[in-house]
Parts: sequence; structure tokens; C-alpha cells
Amino acid sequence: MPTTASAAHPLTDVTASDSSLRRFLHGLPGVDAVGLEARAASLGTRSIKTTAKAYAIDLAISMVDLTTLEGADTPGKVRALGAKAVRPDPTDRTTPAAAAVCVYPDMVAVAKEAVAGSGVKVASVATAFPAGRAALEVKLADVRDAVAAGADEVDMVIDRGAFLAGRYLKVYDEIVAVREVCGTDARLKVIFETGELSTYDNIRRASWLGMLAGADFIKTSTGKVAVNATPANTLLMLEAVRDFRAQTGVQVGVKPAGGIRTTKDAIKFLVLVNETVGEDWLDNHWFRFGASSLLNDLLMQRQKLATGRYSGPDYVTVD
Amino acid sequence: MSEKSEQQRLSVFKTYKLYVGGKFPRSESGRVYEVTDSKGKWLANAPQSSRKDARDAVVAARKAFGGWAGATAYNRGQVLYRVAEMLEGRRAQFVHEVADAEGLSKSRAAEQVEATIDRWVWYAGWTDKIAQVVGGGNPVAGPYFNLSSPEPTGVVAVLAPQESSFLGLVSVLAPVIATGNTAVVIASERSPLPALSLGEVLATSDVPGGVVNILSGRTAEIAAPLASHQDVNAIDLAGADEVLAKELEIAAADNLKRVLRPQPVDDWTAAPGIDRLTAFLETKTVWHPTGSLGASGSSY
Amino acid sequence: MASASASAFEYAPAPESRSVVDIAPSYGLFIDGEFVEAADGKVFKTVSPSTEEVLSEIAQAGEADVDRAVGAARKAFEKWSALPGSERAKYLFRIARIIQERSRELAVLETLDNGKPIKETRDADLPLVAAHFFYYAGWADKLEHAGFGASPKPLGVAGQVIPWNFPLLMLAWKIAPALATGNTVVLKPAETTPLSALFFADVCRQAGLPKGVVNILPGYGDTGAALVAHPDVNKVAFTGSTAVGKEIARTVAGTRKKLTLELGGKGANIVFDDAPIDQAVEGIVNGIFFNQGQVCCAGSRLLVQESIQDELLDSLKRRLSTLRLGDPLDKNTDIGAINSAEQLARITSLVDKGAAEGAEPWSPECELPSSGYWFAPTLFTNVTQAHTIARDEIFGPVLSVLTFRTPDEAVAKANNTQYGLSAGIWTEKGSRILAVANKLRAGVVWSNTFNKFDPTSPFGGYKESGFGREGGRHGLEAYLDV
Repeated sequence: MPTTASAAHPLTDVTASDSSLRRFLHGLPGVDAVGLEARAASLGTRSIKTTAKAYAIDLAISMVDLTTLEGADTPGKVRALGAKAVRPDPTDRTTPAAAAVCVYPDMVAVAKEAVAGSGVKVASVATAFPAGRAALEVKLADVRDAVAAGADEVDMVIDRGAFLAGRYLKVYDEIVAVREVCGTDARLKVIFETGELSTYDNIRRASWLGMLAGADFIKTSTGKVAVNATPANTLLMLEAVRDFRAQTGVQVGVKPAGGIRTTKDAIKFLVLVNETVGEDWLDNHWFRFGASSLLNDLLMQRQKLATGRYSGPDYVTVD
Repeated sequence: MSEKSEQQRLSVFKTYKLYVGGKFPRSESGRVYEVTDSKGKWLANAPQSSRKDARDAVVAARKAFGGWAGATAYNRGQVLYRVAEMLEGRRAQFVHEVADAEGLSKSRAAEQVEATIDRWVWYAGWTDKIAQVVGGGNPVAGPYFNLSSPEPTGVVAVLAPQESSFLGLVSVLAPVIATGNTAVVIASERSPLPALSLGEVLATSDVPGGVVNILSGRTAEIAAPLASHQDVNAIDLAGADEVLAKELEIAAADNLKRVLRPQPVDDWTAAPGIDRLTAFLETKTVWHPTGSLGASGSSY
Repeated sequence: MASASASAFEYAPAPESRSVVDIAPSYGLFIDGEFVEAADGKVFKTVSPSTEEVLSEIAQAGEADVDRAVGAARKAFEKWSALPGSERAKYLFRIARIIQERSRELAVLETLDNGKPIKETRDADLPLVAAHFFYYAGWADKLEHAGFGASPKPLGVAGQVIPWNFPLLMLAWKIAPALATGNTVVLKPAETTPLSALFFADVCRQAGLPKGVVNILPGYGDTGAALVAHPDVNKVAFTGSTAVGKEIARTVAGTRKKLTLELGGKGANIVFDDAPIDQAVEGIVNGIFFNQGQVCCAGSRLLVQESIQDELLDSLKRRLSTLRLGDPLDKNTDIGAINSAEQLARITSLVDKGAAEGAEPWSPECELPSSGYWFAPTLFTNVTQAHTIARDEIFGPVLSVLTFRTPDEAVAKANNTQYGLSAGIWTEKGSRILAVANKLRAGVVWSNTFNKFDPTSPFGGYKESGFGREGGRHGLEAYLDV
């Protein structure tokens, strides 16, 4: 399995200055929106049935970052979520565990305890999530706090304002700084908030920027804006990680987050992964779904496949 | 050619020549044939073009095509209008030639020449309008910009009408070049002189060399190699009889030339419409994705 | 999930149900509103190209049948052309709607008879068929506004001969404008794909179309030749090979028959170094592998700027490796069967020639089914303009890759063909698109996209790709006396 090796690839030079970074990012191939969306839609027509569906559902369950990011989060809520991630379907022990629970930094310790010994990871959003509008020191303190509390993964947001103002090196430096704080203790997911970047060209540039800065994962969105993960922006990011590995040998994961609510949606994303980057990414080390309600739909579909009956919301747990 | 001028001066005859690639060559064959007026009186010897002359004319027309098709429609309009201006200045010469050629009275011949000049003006005005009339945007059901535009077909062989030696000729030639095609014209076999003189007008009217090439001779002999020529894109059979037209249409199928079959024309002075203008146009349709602004957040 | 145990994401078979279509063991000719046997009793079989299973036995029209059908169409013409346009429109709207209602059935039928993937018949052919009838339905009572004079007249009886690559769509392209303008038709479907045209006859019956307005005559080339040559046919419309197109042009020479031809192509798909590369790869794949490359406007010549050749070819090969070839009824199939043994032989022979002339073939690993007619997606590198595979239309899933250095060279190479049907341009630079599009001698130019079709968009060729346009306002002209 390839490992992340930031700043050791042949593209090191491009981050030497603001202007070289800008030249590099603006030199990336353009994206034709209609063509991209058409390709994503076309893959969306794949018909995944029977054994393939069963495989995909279990795979999707194993890739869920079960998320709660509310002002109203309490230790009770987080513990319930942790229990759900560890054993999503108490009635069926063959159901795989989710990949992680994703919480705010102050809930990391609670989450850690809830999933202890299960192999389920704890991810924490940080860096003044979701807006990211804070001083670097504040953001780094946020990250330090999460890592100290035991977070296995950190989901940071980039400074979209700086990105849209063309200050790419500032965005880059921030990611590098966060990366350093994460050290070897936590894998770093870099959130672009694709809905705010607005254009596909920007999403491709942000993807490369994030990967150059040492992201372990690139992630679409916070779930807190109108447009979050879409098949098209996820496809584009998959193309970016594919091309990045081809150029540098470094494999980077992808996490679409927000708006993926049904099994049907999740399977479409898995088809995107399968046909764009292939098997190497069909694993929760390299692909995740940032979601909450998705898990229950996956469970209901799983029950349907097992029993032949349609399930209902009363047969999965409300957490 | 007047026999009784006061000084008994002997007039200077004009040697009629072909008009090919902006130059005035004799037929490479060295052949000429006698052209007479409607009463059988000798008017001149006209070049009797060979298949090689036809070939040279096609080469000239092909060479001129890119520049002429690529010229702005406005520019082509200016050039065609210039032809009208130059003709107006040589009106008397053409009245004389048309009268001789078609056996018309001076006043009837003058009507023909005036109508011919006006026809150039009509087509001069069309060059920058036809695209708007026959082209346009297509509202396709998808996120695509889609535009159809007319483009010239290429090199067009034109068999000029046999009877109407000047008005008929211009009525079939002008629409061909107005839209950016280049032409190889076979003049009326019996009455080629107005056509050959037109070459002299075109040469002094800013029409780039090769855009119009004028051949005289035996229509059937010259038309056959043009109809089968693989670098000719279209053929106007106006000057062919039924038998010849069929023969040429069959030959034209070899490279799928666009064929305009002979159509009965009673009165060349009648309003021409746009049929001849559109006969040698292709339609090119260009697609491009549009995307949609802001419809789904990430969109372009 | 332990990654070590991860198995590949294999898609289970997802076949579309065959039960939605009921194919009779035999079909007659459709003349004057009725199914009848051929006068000489001849029949032929139509098979499923993916399995070689015989689908049905079809009456084969001969000269006597052509004469009868043309007679029926002539007789029907008087009343049909005299109908108010608004009434003709309503018949066409009915047809459009019935096709929409029966689109699943027709999609499955077309896939069975043609061999193309259900994904294409379902998502491309059938929606376009219905849209085409819907579009021309609306023209029927608006012809005086179409720019062809104050009261444009129909021509009479249209003899139409269509190919096997898009059987029902080509039928729609022919019949919809013909009927909208008040003509009646005799249509000959291709011998390998007669079924959807015969089902269309049933659609006409359901729509209550007056008898004789549409006549369907299955048969081979000789049936088509007889139809084209019939003295009482006023209009000939043909889609097919350039060789046959020329033969037809000779046949109608010296007559007053109006002729339109949609013929072959050798479309250049030009990729510049600043192209949106991932979309270009999709466009190249779509351009040559859509319908197994059996498309007259296929982008069969890839012209790639030399500076990005390696990168582009790597991407393209990787993408070809994900194409799924197999059962055309499977909803996940990207590449179906070649339409006939004859076509497969032609493709094979041209590909052999390509290799013999020194071009290098490449295909992804790909298991071909044991029965039926199949050809693996193939691309040739080291191709030059002089190679047969760069000049002849292969009409199969075979891409010839050539390079260029400058835009001028790209245009010169793209235009260096006797054909002129389609071309593609891939670049992010707007002015380059417009400049190159302007210089390409092709009837359809797709920039940053490929193989898009729409009933409003005129389609047709330059040079030996034929003449006349189908689709849009332009498409009316072929069926009007103008």
C-alpha cells in the first residue's frame, strides 16, 4: 500500500513561490463542465444488482465517516454515534463497522472512548470549521487540541477566501502547517468546500494544491453549504488523485461529504471510484463517505437483500 | 468593324481570349472557332478550349477558393458592386456585343445589359445577408450552443445558358461567387463574346484572379472533363441540353458533385430569388457545450 | 474493512428483460396499411448479431412489391398532401407519443436486432426518435413560415433507403420530415435490421395513420435499387455507404427526382495541447466506440498534438480498459456486437491491412463471447495519412491515431480526405475553436464534445459524405418542391 510522503515528490519546485505555484495550478488541464457532468451522469446509469449490490453496500458501510457536527452535540449523542459506528446493525453481526466517527474537537475524547478497541477511527474537524475564518494560530491550536485528545484523523478546511483571491501559497502554507501538527499521529483530510470554489477548474486546482501540501485525503465539503458532494465534483477529484499518483507515486484518498443520503447515491459514487481509479481506492483507507443518514439507508437496503423484504425505519436504530 | 467610317479607317479587331487565373491566355490547344452574329456574319474567332484549359481553370479556381471564401462577406459585396460599376462604364461595348450575339435591337440589348448590371448589384447586396437568412442558432435540448452557417461548396463548374449570352451568364455566375465559391464558366457556345469581354471587366474590378475563370468553345467538350473532375465540387447545368445534362450528371456522381439541373427560364430579367444563391452552399453546424451558470454550485 | 481481503467490484449481470417485446415468427411487407407477403413469396431471416439466434422470418420485397407500394403511396398522396397541416401534425404527434410509450419495447427490440447496447437504444436512439417526430410534427402546419416560399408544396412519393446502424432513428430522420411536409413514403430498412421498421408500421396503425402514407419494404440492395429507380418516385433519400450513394446519384441522373444522400465519413477528432483532457478522452471514446464505431460521423481519426501524445494515449488506453463488452441487453454493457458477419469481416480485413501496412494495433484485454459477431475496441498508433486505415471508412470500433504539430497542420490533415461529415476540436481556447471550426470542411463540427444529435440541428456532409441536410428547418427542404 503506497504511503503518504509529502514534499518528497518531483513537484516540490512548484511550491517554491507564489508565482510558481500559481503558474502550475493555472497550467493544469481545464475542465469542461458539461463533459464532466455527462461522464458522471453516464456512470450513474450503471445497474448494480444482486451480488454486486451486496458487495457495494458492505463496502459503503465500511467507508462511512459517521458524522455529527452540531452545536447541540452532547457526550450522549456522540456515544450513541460511536456505538452505531462500531455495530451499525445490532441484529446482524455480519454487518461491517463504519470507518470512523467524525466530531468536533471537544468531542474527540468521548468518541475515542465510545469506539475504543473496535478499529473504528475518530476523525475531528478542525481549523475553525466550517468557515475557517480565524488566525492560523487559532486553527493550529484547534488541531493540536484534537490530536492531543486522540483524533486519528483531522478534517481541516482550507481558506477559501485566500484561494479565491489567488493567494495559493497562503493556502498551501496553512495546510503544511496543519500537516506538521498532525505529524504521524493523524491522517489529514483537506476540505475544499467545493460549493464555494464554484468552478470545476478551481476544484482541480484546489485538489492539486492540497495534495502538494501533503493531504492524506481530499474532501469535497463541510456539509454546511448549499452544494456539497456531487458525482461530478467527486469524479473530478478522483481524476486528480489518479493523476497525482501517476506523477508522484503518492496515493491520496477522496472523501465526498454532505448530501449523500441513499444507497443508490452511494453506489453511484463507488462506481465512479471503480471506473476512474479502480480497485486501489476501493477501500476505506482511501475512500470515505462523510454522511450521517446514509448509514441507515444502507442498513435497510442490506436487510432487504438478506430477507427479500423491504425494510422500514423502525428496523434500524435512530441515533 | 464599321465599313464606312469617314476616314475609311480600318478598325482594330480584338483578339478574344480566355480568362483563367486572372490572366488572358489563348487556348493551349491553339484552336479557335468562328463566332458569327445571328445573321451568320463573322464577328470574331473565339478560343476553342480543350480539356487541358478546363484543367488549368480548375487549378486556378481551387487556388483562389481559400482566399475568396475566407474574405469577409462585406468585402465580397464591395467587389461585386465594383463589377457593376465597371460594367456601367463599358455599357456601350456590351450593348453592342449583346446586340450582335443575340440579334437584338440596340434598345433590347441595352435592356439586357442594364438588367445584367443591376443583377450584380442585387447579388453584391446579398453577400452579407444570406448567412442570416439561411443560417442560425438551433435550440437543441441540452447544454450546447449550436449554430448552423452556410459555407461555399468550393469550385463550381458553370455551364452558362446558351441563349442569354450575358444576362443569363451573369445570372448564373454572380450567385455562385457571391457566396464565396469560385467558378469555371463555360460561355454560351454560339455567343461567347460578351462572356469573354466580361473577363476583362472582372480583371479590373478587384475580383481576385482565379475566382472566375471563363472558357469558350464546345460546351460538351469542355463540360465532360469538368463534370468528372475530382477537384470540382459542384456543377450548374444551365447551359446543357437534356441529353448532355444526363451524361454530365452521371459523371458528376463520381465525386458526388452538387448538381443543379437545367431549369427552364423564360425570362432572365425576372426577379431571381435566392434559389441559385443557396444551390452551392453547404451547411456547417458547430456545437459547443455551454454549461450552466450557478445551477448546481459548481458549474463551469 | 481489511483491505487485503478486498475483492474487485464486479458488476453482476443486469440484463434488461426481453419479455417486454413480442417478436412474431414472421413478418410481411407493410403496404397500403396491411402486412402482405412478397409477390414472389421470398423471405429472409433476421438474426440477433450477439447470439446469431434467428429472430424472425421477413418477407423480402421484389420489384412487383416496390411497384405496389409506390402505387399505394401515390394513391395516398392525394389526400395526405391535401390534409390541413394541423391534421398531419396531429398524426405525427400521436406517433411521437406512441413511440415514447413503447420506448422500452422498441429499445429492447432494436438491441436484439442490431446488437447495440441497451444503454444506447434506451438513452440515445429511442429518445431521439420520439423527439424527431415531435419536432417535425410541429412544422407540418407552419411550412409557410419556414423560408421556402409562401406555400411550399410536397414532392409526392418519397423512396427512402436506410442503414442498419441506427435503424429506427434513421427511419425517424426520413419519415418525420417527409410526412410533415405532405409526402407519402416507401421505406426500405436494411436487411439485417428490419424489425423496428415493421414495429413502426404497427405504431402507424395505432396512430390511425391513413393507409398507404407509410409503406415498409424489407429487402436487400436490389429492393432498394428498384425503389430508387421506380419512375413514380419523386424523391429519393438514402443513408448508407458512399459507393451506393454514387450508384444512386447515377440512377436518378437525368430524372426530376430530388435527391439527398447521407454517406460515409472519416471524421477527424483534433485534440490540442490545451484540451480539457479528461473530457477529451471521453469524447474520443464516445466518438469512436459509440455504437461500436458503426457511425458515419464517427471520430475515427484521432489527430493529437504531438506534444501531448504520450499522455493522451496513456489516458485513452486506461479508459479503454474500463469499457465493458458483452451482452447488449445488459444495462452495463458499453460495447455490443458488430451488426453482421459481413461487417465483421470488413472490419477485420481493414484492421489486418492496417497492421500489414505498419501501424501498431492495441486493444485492451477483452474476452469476446463465443457466438455472435464481436470486435474488441482497437486503436492504431504510428498511423500516417497514407495508411489505408487513415483514409477508408472502417465503420467499426477502430481508432487511427495521428499526430500534428500546429493548428494549420491539424486542419490540413483533417481536411485531407474525400469525406466531410464530422469533425471534433478539443481546446480551451475559444478563438482556436472558432478559427479551426471555420476551416474544417465538414458538415458537423463538435467542439469540446462529440456525437451529439438533436432534431433541431441540421446534419449532413460536405464532399463525398453526401448532400442535403436532415434535421432542423434545413431538413424540410429535402421534401419540398423548392
